[in-house]
This record gives sequence, structure tokens and C-alpha cells, in this order.
Amino acid sequence: MSTLLPQLTAKDFASDQEIRWCPRCGDYSILAQMKKVLPELGIPREQFCFVSGIGCSSRFPYYMNTYGFHSIHGRAPAIASGVKLANPDLQVWVITGDGDALSIGGNHLMHAIRRNLDINIILFNNQIYGLTKGQYSPTSPLGSKTKSTPYGSVDNPLNPLSVAIGCEATFVARSVDVDTRHLAATLRRAANHKGTSFVEVYQDCNVFNSGAFFYASKKGQKENNIVYLEHGKPLIFGKERDKGIRLNAHGRPEVVELSGISEDDLLFHDEEADDPSLAFLLAQMRHPEFPEPLGVLRNVSRTVYDEAVRDQVSHARETLGEGDLEKLFNSGDTWVVEA
Amino acid sequence: MSVADPPASPEGRSKEAIDTVVIRFCGDSGDGMQLAGTQFTNVSAVFGNDVSTLPDFPAEIRAPIGTVAGVSGFQICFSSKDIFTPGDEVDTLVAMNPAALKSNVADLKRGGTLIVNEDAFEASNLKKAGYDHNPLDGDEELAAYRVHKVPMTRLTRDSVEGLGLSQSEADRSKNFFALGLVYWLYDRDSKPTEDWVQTKFAKKPEIAEANIRALKGGSNFGFSTEAFTVHYEVPPAQLAPGKYRKITGNEAVAMGLATAARLSNADVVFSGYPITPASDILHELSKFKHFGVTTFQAEDEIAAMSATCGAAFGGAMAVTASSGPGICLKGEAMGLGMITELPMVIIDVQRGGPSTGLPTKTEQSDLLLAMFGRNGESPLPIIAPQTPGDCFWAIQEAMRVAVEFMTPVVLLSDGYVANGAEPWMVPKASDIEPIKVDFLTAPNQDDEFHPYLRDERLVRPWARPGTPGLEHRVGGLEKKDGTGNVEYSPENHQHMSDTRARKIANVADFIPEQEIDGPESGELLVLSWGGTFGSCRTAVRQAQQDGRSVAHAHLRYLNPFPRNLESIIRSYKKVLIPELNLGQLSLIVRSTFLVDAVSFNKVQGKPFKVIEVFNKINDLLNS
Ligand SMILES: Cc1ncc(C[n+]2csc(CCOP(=O)(O)OP(=O)(O)O)c2C)c(N)n1
Ligand code: SF4
Ligand SMILES: [Mg+2]
Repeated sequence: MSTLLPQLTAKDFASDQEIRWCPRCGDYSILAQMKKVLPELGIPREQFCFVSGIGCSSRFPYYMNTYGFHSIHGRAPAIASGVKLANPDLQVWVITGDGDALSIGGNHLMHAIRRNLDINIILFNNQIYGLTKGQYSPTSPLGSKTKSTPYGSVDNPLNPLSVAIGCEATFVARSVDVDTRHLAATLRRAANHKGTSFVEVYQDCNVFNSGAFFYASKKGQKENNIVYLEHGKPLIFGKERDKGIRLNAHGRPEVVELSGISEDDLLFHDEEADDPSLAFLLAQMRHPEFPEPLGVLRNVSRTVYDEAVRDQVSHARETLGEGDLEKLFNSGDTWVVEA
Repeated sequence: MSVADPPASPEGRSKEAIDTVVIRFCGDSGDGMQLAGTQFTNVSAVFGNDVSTLPDFPAEIRAPIGTVAGVSGFQICFSSKDIFTPGDEVDTLVAMNPAALKSNVADLKRGGTLIVNEDAFEASNLKKAGYDHNPLDGDEELAAYRVHKVPMTRLTRDSVEGLGLSQSEADRSKNFFALGLVYWLYDRDSKPTEDWVQTKFAKKPEIAEANIRALKGGSNFGFSTEAFTVHYEVPPAQLAPGKYRKITGNEAVAMGLATAARLSNADVVFSGYPITPASDILHELSKFKHFGVTTFQAEDEIAAMSATCGAAFGGAMAVTASSGPGICLKGEAMGLGMITELPMVIIDVQRGGPSTGLPTKTEQSDLLLAMFGRNGESPLPIIAPQTPGDCFWAIQEAMRVAVEFMTPVVLLSDGYVANGAEPWMVPKASDIEPIKVDFLTAPNQDDEFHPYLRDERLVRPWARPGTPGLEHRVGGLEKKDGTGNVEYSPENHQHMSDTRARKIANVADFIPEQEIDGPESGELLVLSWGGTFGSCRTAVRQAQQDGRSVAHAHLRYLNPFPRNLESIIRSYKKVLIPELNLGQLSLIVRSTFLVDAVSFNKVQGKPFKVIEVFNKINDLLNS
């Protein structure tokens, strides 16, 4: 393209709709970072499409001045698949919640990821059903007391990152709603990845599950509870960067004090490892036993579904020529009835 | 060993000309009956007969061999006259094993020809079929038929001897032996089948040779055996002049979609999840990529329907196909398509229900599902093809209505239309009207884009993502007319519900008026729809020939009804509605027009026989 794109700003991506999330909902912060990141991508505004399911988080497309589809509960990945197949040049974002993506829509999520469609899935994990006013969700910790589980939930939660890795995701990352710089950087990387990018964002539901992720977002707590992943770098964390993660003799991670230990003995992150074992091991590091990893766990390149579909179509056109209707109608045995 | 071509006319035996014959091939699913039937159909079609077919698949793919559950059948009616159905009664039944005989002989006409593979009638097969004796023994049991016991297994083995095939390989050619025999009986030219075999088995010349030898072996057997004293000739039919091919309903749908994609400026995106009897549409379409067709095998029907909504939003002609159980799963997303007002077509190839029901059998019991099977007020246009060939046109009309009115449209096909075959006059591509797709390219009100601003027919514009300046959001929440912004006010919801319903009602001005076959007024109107066209038309014509005051209106448009339907209905003293359900169109017609229509219903997984409808017509007229 020779014509320069007009310089867009966050404001250009704001729709004229009044935002209706509760005060101090974590969704605001994610929206702000998205509006900040999109203008940096060098893509015209009309090429963005946001698709969502149902939930508080899924209201997101209404607040973006792009193409958008607020659909039905759980189906956003499937809807996005149709959008992308019909209109492959679009940059398609799926906005979904923990209930939307992992409960009612678990099947679609799994298949979008394993197909490696070139879309970006952002899962707003607040460990609760926000829109329906506070029932436990598939990511709520065991024992969660909610409207539908007054005695505590008795089913084991899913780990969104483990699910994504299990589905052979090519890009898996985690960030936190209020960790604005990290979130922006993570969204940017998700946008630039070819194939399905899966990002879990810890999101505070201020009304029904306030504080669920304060351990990972609040100053004074988070330093010891999260570890930022950097490709090729050792896993180091702590306020004084005095702790690290090392693999023990059984290949399991352990937290070690850095004093007296060489950095070289720590676990080094390799997001591009072909084998997903490391990514899975990182995903399994959960609070409070471990600091939880933030950043990109996995970033590999695989066949991209929509590209492969397009390639088949163009290959068919090249080898068979543009479809010839006369030939098609007259295929097989024909006969003529004379007048 | 080489097998001589059978002489054209056997000495001492007569050849009779007849106008219409119904043959049914039946045997175990592994016996190749669908293939034999299809070959007979092709050969007869190419010869110039009118043909109509009724394949009958077993519900189980691998039912135990030799059991009644595993019987597969293929019925073909071929004629020198214009025919509309695969026939009520069978003239010649070919039964490859006891189970096939047991489950099919009731449909054989008294005095009809029964050809059985006598080699298959041994103890274990008889037992599997549930016989405690051999029905071929003694004269009593099959006395009503002209029975030909043919040792087909042995004769087939003899025919292919010397080719070095194993016994099981040799036995696989049995269907060609049976086919050859029937070809001789009905004076068919086996050349097209031989050509087909050569191409199909080009990589396995010994199998090709075996099949051809078996085919000739069967013909020779017919010729040289005294048992067959007559053979028959069915002269070509006087079809309208033109070029013809054979087509099934599902093939026609796929070709119609390829045509829509090729002739218009939008591609087709087809999303589906395999289900009988709709899967063939996906299979066929997946070959048509170079026509501008993308196919997506989704993870389930919910995903297929959702992807269809997404593809429509993305700017493609979006289509999905399924059958009853899958259509149930699609319901919620169909509602989304309805409220967002995006164009798409949902094909329902109906089968016997409820639940998994009769997967391989036909029924018309999803009409009310198509009409009302969604939450809220969500009317959709419904179009039903009436014959296999008509599917080609009906799918294009469905897409045209979808795009013209920005709405999902339901195409109600059925197993009978989808799998049945008929001669189809090959159209000229240049005669086909392209579907006009108009994407909006610029804001439509004061420099702003209002996605729900409507034209005089209440239709909103279609804006393709990627178009600068038309960024907009759609969704399943109630929206304000014009801007499309979320809006929950009571007046607005009333307005939008009314508006969407009126828009669908406006489709009546776009579709043609209802045609009738017969007098414009009189004693009785037979009102039918979809796949029952052939039986109803034939029955009405027969009654008309008897001097009865009866007319036939066959509906292709079920929602909205053609604008003249009410006046047609009021022009007859009685209305008869034959349907393969328990009275679904009846319910709608009675409530819509307050007319005391009489239902005539059948849910046996089978189409109407002409005689059934004919008798009902007479009953009504006599009462
Ligand atoms: C088919 C269907 N079932 C149930 C609902 C009700 N419902 C709406 S949102 C929701 C859960 C949302 O939770 P989540 O996905 O975590 O989103 P959040 O509101 O927390 O952002 C439910 C159960 C619905 N809209 N549709
Ligand atoms: S209910 Fe929770 S998730 Fe929903 S808007 Fe309010 S704070 Fe946000
Ligand atoms: Mg939630």
C-alpha cells in the first residue's frame, strides 16, 4: 500500500455508546488497553472485527468503533470462524468470559484453537458469572461460595491456559486487567501472532467476586505471586528479584532463593519450544504454591486454518480454472430429447 | 474365457412393449443394491425414459449381515410417459437374500416378477432373516408371483472364473449379475454401465473385467433360460425437447449453490456438520471450490449455524444444511440471524423424527419447527422444493429471498427429494438470473451509517466489514431501528417485532402467485407441499381423468403464503391436505384462513402412494 494510513488514536476506536459496566469493573482497563494498542498496529480501522458471546465481558464490541458482533452465549469462536472464512483480510478478535468460553462454549473454543484460525481470543477470567449476577463458573476455585453454591462449590475448576495448551494452541499468554503496560504488550503480541492467539486476562468483577486476583494485581502482593516470563530468560521474581524457579531432580518446578545459586541453574523460558511440556508446566504453576507466570507461555508457528482454506480455493482455481457452470451442468451422462 | 455378447433378440420368445415399469433391487447393505439401482437409472435415463427413484437405506451402516435391519433397497420407476413418482407397487423385485425378500415382498404386485438369489437361501441366512422355513420351498407361499430362483452366487463365480479372484471378491460382482439379468428382461443397453465400470475400476482391471463378465453373464442367463418367456421394452418418454441429465435433490442443491456463487459478486460459505440425509450437500459442495464455494465442517450444528451467521456478517452468501436433530441445535443461532437481519439459508433435509427417529427415511414433520422453532417472535421465510431437479432452483430462490430481504430463509427439503433422482433438463448458465448482491459502500444518513435504516420494503442495508466508514455493531439484543444501538424500551420492542414480522410478510409481494392444476373452482382442492408433489399431482390427474371436480395446488412457499392462496382456498367446497406428518400444514392453514381443511397424514418413513391419495380424494368427494 502506498497511501499512508491516517494516524489513528485510541479515541478513534471509541464508539458513541455509553459504557455500562459497574464502576471499577476490570473490563474498563482491558477496553482502554485495547483502544491504545489497535492504533499502533498499522491496520485501518475498518479491518478490525470484534466478536463476542454473552456476558458482561461480551458487551465489549459495542464500545469499540470497529465492526462488531455481539452474538449468543458461548458461540463467539464459531461466529468468528464464519467471519474469517468469509472475510479473511479482517483482523478478528474474540472477546469472551470464563463461563462463555469454558462452560457453554467449551467445544467451540477447543475447535477454534486446534484449527489455529488466525484470530485473537481474549478470555476475561473473573472466576464468576457476572452478567447473571454471581453464580460460580468453571474457573471458580473449589469451595467457592456463590449464589448457586452457598455451601461452597464441589467441582474442580478448569485452568484456561492448560485447556488452551491441551488444544495445541500456538500462542498462549496471560495478563492482568490493571497491569496496563503488560496487558498492552500482551495484546500487541497476540495481534501480531499468525494463528489463534489465546490470552487469559485476570479480571476483577468488582461486584460479585471482588479481589479474586488481588494477589496478582495489588502492589505489595503481586511481586511475590507472579513471575513475568521473558523468552530466553530465567524465571526470576520477588520484590527484590531474589527468587527464582528451578527444576528439581524430578523435573518439577521449585521456588529457590537466589542467594548462593547461579542464575544458570534456573529454569529458562523458551516460548518457542516445539514441545508444549514447558508451557504446560508453567500453566500448572498456581497460586499460592507458586508465583503464577504472566506473559507469553507459548508462541509457535503452525498451519493457519483460514490460510490453508484460502490456499485450497486458489489452488482449485489455478488447476481447474474458474468454475465452468456449463461443464458442471453437463457433467455425467446426458441425453437429448429431440423436438 | 471370454463371455459372448448376448444376442439382441432371443428366438422363440416375445418382446412386449409396456409404458411404465417399477423395479426394486434389494439385498444386504453389502450387496451393492444402491449401485445396481443407480446404474439402471442412468441407463434408462440416457435411453430417454422418464425416471423417478426411491433409494431406501438401512438405518445402520453395518447392521449384522443377512438381517432384516441390514436390508438396502433401490426402487426405480421408468416410463415412456411423464411420471412424477417412483411408483406405488413393484413390478419386478430382485431379492438377493431371505431378509430382503421378507421385508420387500409385500410391495410386489400380484402377478409380479420375483427374482431371487436362491444360493442365499440357506439355513443360516434364513434364520437371520427370521424364517423358520425356506419360503422358496413348495408352491404356496409365493404363489401370487412369477418366481425365478436363480443361483446367482454360483453363476457369478462361474462368470468370473479364471480371473484369479478370491471367492469373496468374485461374490462382490453378484449385483452386476442381477443387473445384467434385469437389463436383458427390460431390453436395456448395458454399454453405459460397462463404460462406467471401466472408468471406475481403471486401476483394478481384473475387478472391472469381473463386473463386466458378471453383467454379461446375467444377460446371457436371461437370454438362454427358458424361464424368462417374455421380455419387455419401455420406449423413450416424450419429455419436453432439450438436453437432460439425471440429478438427485442433494446434487441439485449443491449445483444451485455453485451457480449462485459463480454468477453473483459474493462467494458462498457453507458450514455443516455431517448428518443423514443432508451430508451429501457438504460432500458435493466441497468439490466446488473453484466456483467460489468455501466449505467448513464445523464441530457441531450450533457451530455450523453460528459460523453461518458470522459468514453472513462477513459478507458471504452463507448457507448451512442439516436434518431435524441438527436443526433443533441451530435454533438459537437462527434467532440471532433473524434479529440481526443477516441473509443466509438454512437447509433442512427432513427425516423421520422425533429425536434420532428414522434417520434414513423421509418425513415432512419439521414444518412447524421451521415456522416456530425459535424463542420470541421470529418468523422466517420457508421454501420447499418439490422434486429433485427443483432443488436447483429452490436453493437459488431461497438465497435470493435471503439477500433481497436480509433474513435467514429455511429450505425444507426431505429425504425423498434429496436422495431421489429424476431426469433434469440441463439449463443454460446464461439463462440463469444472478442473485443481486448490493453491499452498501457509503454512509446512508447525514454522513453516518445507520445499519437498520430500512427501505420501503422494510429491508436494511448489508455492509461488508472492511468497508471504510461503515463500522458498526450488530447483536442479539433488541436494537433501535435505524441506528441499531441497543434499546430496551417497550415501544421500541413492539415496533421492532412488528417491523420484522411485516418485512417477512412483504416477501409475499416478491414471490410468484400460487398456480393450480385443474379447474379454478369446484368441489375439492388438494393442497400439498414439498416432496409429496409427485404422488399428489398424479392422484389428482387420475381423479380428473375420472371426471372428478378436483384441483391441485402444490405449495413451494410456506411462509409467507403466496398472496392469492386465500382466494384459491375459498374457491373449492373442500380442501384436502395430504402430508407426511400428523397435520402440520393443516394446522397452519386452518388457523390462518379459518377453513375446515381435511388432513390426510402418513408417518411411515415412506412417501405417499398415488393410490392412497387417489382413494382419499374419492372418499372425500363421495362423502
Ligand atoms: C443460552 C444461554 N444460556 C444462559 C444464558 C445466561 N447467561 C448470560 S451470561 C452468562 C454467564 C456469563 O459469565 P461469563 O462468561 O463468565 O461472563 P461475565 O459476565 O463474567 O463477563 C449466562 C449464564 C444466556 N444468555 N444464554
Ligand atoms: S458484574 Fe462484575 S464483571 Fe459484570 S460489569 Fe459488574 S463488575 Fe464487571
Ligand atoms: Mg465471568
